[in-house]
Amino acid sequence: MPEAVRVQDLTRRFGDFTAVDRVSFDVGAGEIFGFLGPNGAGKTTTIKMLTALLRPTSGMAQVAGFDVATHPGEVKRRLGYMSQLFSLYPDLTVLENIELFAGLYGVRGARFAARRDWVLELAGLTDQSRRLTGQLALGWKQRLALGCAVLHEPPLLFLDEPTSGVDPISRRSFWDLIDGFAASGTTVLVSTHYMEEAEYCHRLAVMNRGRLIALDRPAALKQALREPILAVAVDDAPRALEALRGAPGVLEVTMYGRALHAMVEDPAAAERTIAARLAAAGQAARSILPIAPSLEDVFVAFVHRSGGMVAG
Amino acid sequence: MNRARLLAVARKEATHLRRDRRSLLLAFLLPVFLIIFFGFAITLDIKHIRLAVLDQSRTESSRALIQAFPSSGYFDLVAWPEDGAAVDALLESGRVKAVLVIGPDFARDLASGRGAPVQLLLDGADANTATIAQNYASAIVARYGADVQLRGRSLALPVEAESRVWYNETLASRNMIVPGLVAVIMSIIAALLTAPTIAREWERGTMEQLAATPVGRAEVVLGKLLPYVGIGLFDVGLAIAAGLGLLHVPFRGSMLLLAALTLLFLVGTLGLGMFISATVKGQVLATQIAIQTTYLPAMLLSGFIFSIPAMPWALRLITRIIPARYYVTVTKGIFLKGVGAEVLWIEAVAMVLFATAGLGLAVRAFRKELE
Repeated sequence: MPEAVRVQDLTRRFGDFTAVDRVSFDVGAGEIFGFLGPNGAGKTTTIKMLTALLRPTSGMAQVAGFDVATHPGEVKRRLGYMSQLFSLYPDLTVLENIELFAGLYGVRGARFAARRDWVLELAGLTDQSRRLTGQLALGWKQRLALGCAVLHEPPLLFLDEPTSGVDPISRRSFWDLIDGFAASGTTVLVSTHYMEEAEYCHRLAVMNRGRLIALDRPAALKQALREPILAVAVDDAPRALEALRGAPGVLEVTMYGRALHAMVEDPAAAERTIAARLAAAGQAARSILPIAPSLEDVFVAFVHRSGGMVAG
Repeated sequence: MNRARLLAVARKEATHLRRDRRSLLLAFLLPVFLIIFFGFAITLDIKHIRLAVLDQSRTESSRALIQAFPSSGYFDLVAWPEDGAAVDALLESGRVKAVLVIGPDFARDLASGRGAPVQLLLDGADANTATIAQNYASAIVARYGADVQLRGRSLALPVEAESRVWYNETLASRNMIVPGLVAVIMSIIAALLTAPTIAREWERGTMEQLAATPVGRAEVVLGKLLPYVGIGLFDVGLAIAAGLGLLHVPFRGSMLLLAALTLLFLVGTLGLGMFISATVKGQVLATQIAIQTTYLPAMLLSGFIFSIPAMPWALRLITRIIPARYYVTVTKGIFLKGVGAEVLWIEAVAMVLFATAGLGLAVRAFRKELE
């Protein structure tokens, strides 16, 4: 299968700050390729370089066979892009937004009529095409933005945290659409910080501090996690978290609702340490059980290994 | 450059304008307001100066002199005070701007040929009006004196200057104002409508979406410019129509030449507004800078209100780089003098340069790339 995206040592600096640091990966056609990482990890900067919105400081990126630095026009013709912020025009109607992007992408005549109807149907806005876009609920706006991004049937689709702020049901149906695009051959590159979204991706690039720290299928990433995870059920998770931080043999503790996940060195020893620590802090552990790692645990582990999160 | 993409941007921009009440008000109501404001309210001519007369002579001669004031058209007789105290009260309250005092011996002095002085009291609080009123009054009195001396006979003076003012025979200031106003209106559109457009898109994040499409820089800039050029031409047409129809400003030159040079000036001014917008990337700041660089020079340094030859040399030098100055020369020349390209070619070259520079700067400054 031909590579839709090829990235080699891609780097972007802003002054002294290196936002993306020598990142390399390839993406196959029809793949859903996810970027996972905390804020400031370099996901958005990477996507902006791949969409020719930002020039790389060094390194190479090819999209649909064209170098983003030397052929930005050719690259842009072949991709659809949805930015983090909702960025259709709120004072234009649904139809006017569709017409604008059709004009910009050169979708005309009979093809335009067909694509317009298709986008309206995809967004579920066929009856509301004359409403101002700004008046729509966020879920509909996102679907319309997606529709406008794929109006010209691009072989590549770039989505930068497309579902932030959207309710879980809308998010779910949004991902059904993305699955559909990928199934019909569209390559999708998407950044997210929702773990359940990351599960939808065929492959995940885990990023932290501008570096690519892991790249594999979600299942493989989970298997690769060597450190055991203990689920600690407590009553007061924030207090318990404080109590366990820095405990010997406990590498990382994170909060999951009212439970804690502790990444540990040795489960048996850690279980005793945790119970003792909690008791000392006046917090009783309801249960301490070893569990299979979730993607979030994987994420936490990789971030831990690569030097922790960037503050802020 | 792709025409379909350019038109798609132009259409979107026109729709923004249509849906934005502030823009519509600025585009269509402000020019009308300015025309009325400058055309009617602020005229630099002084007419209907309120005059009071204290006539202590009460003779046929004094009444003839008094009558000469209202019939000149410059004075309105509004009060007849009986004594000096009443005169003071009238001037103090501002009810009158000038008082003519004719002494009790006026008729006798006149008949004796000794010379009959009359007194004119002026409210100097408004120095400009006072000076002009003084000049008018002196002229009226001098003329009356000459009539009396000749007693109906005519006398050929050895030397007489017969002055005639060309191009603006009545010296009406509105004739000067309407041509200059066109330049001011255009710079307002540039500063208040065009300057925020690109900055607004950066602020709202829509520019990022636009930048990710294959649309080119020139397509965005020209597409955005197009609706404003339309509004600009409409406003200029409105100003010219109001000038000719309501204010009776003469129009002696070629409409076609005016239209062509106006279009060039418009493109230059709007391009400058867009250049500022693309450079600054903040709506408020872009608007402020545009006001400083287009509106204020058009108002103050173009020869619209203040005469350029009367400026100190440093300011005169600065006006040479103010495009509005050349444009005001164009409008005045075409409106009042009826001159053509043979006289206005320097200005025409200036307009071409300005339009090219405005557009070039706008396209250059507009980066599709994010920073």
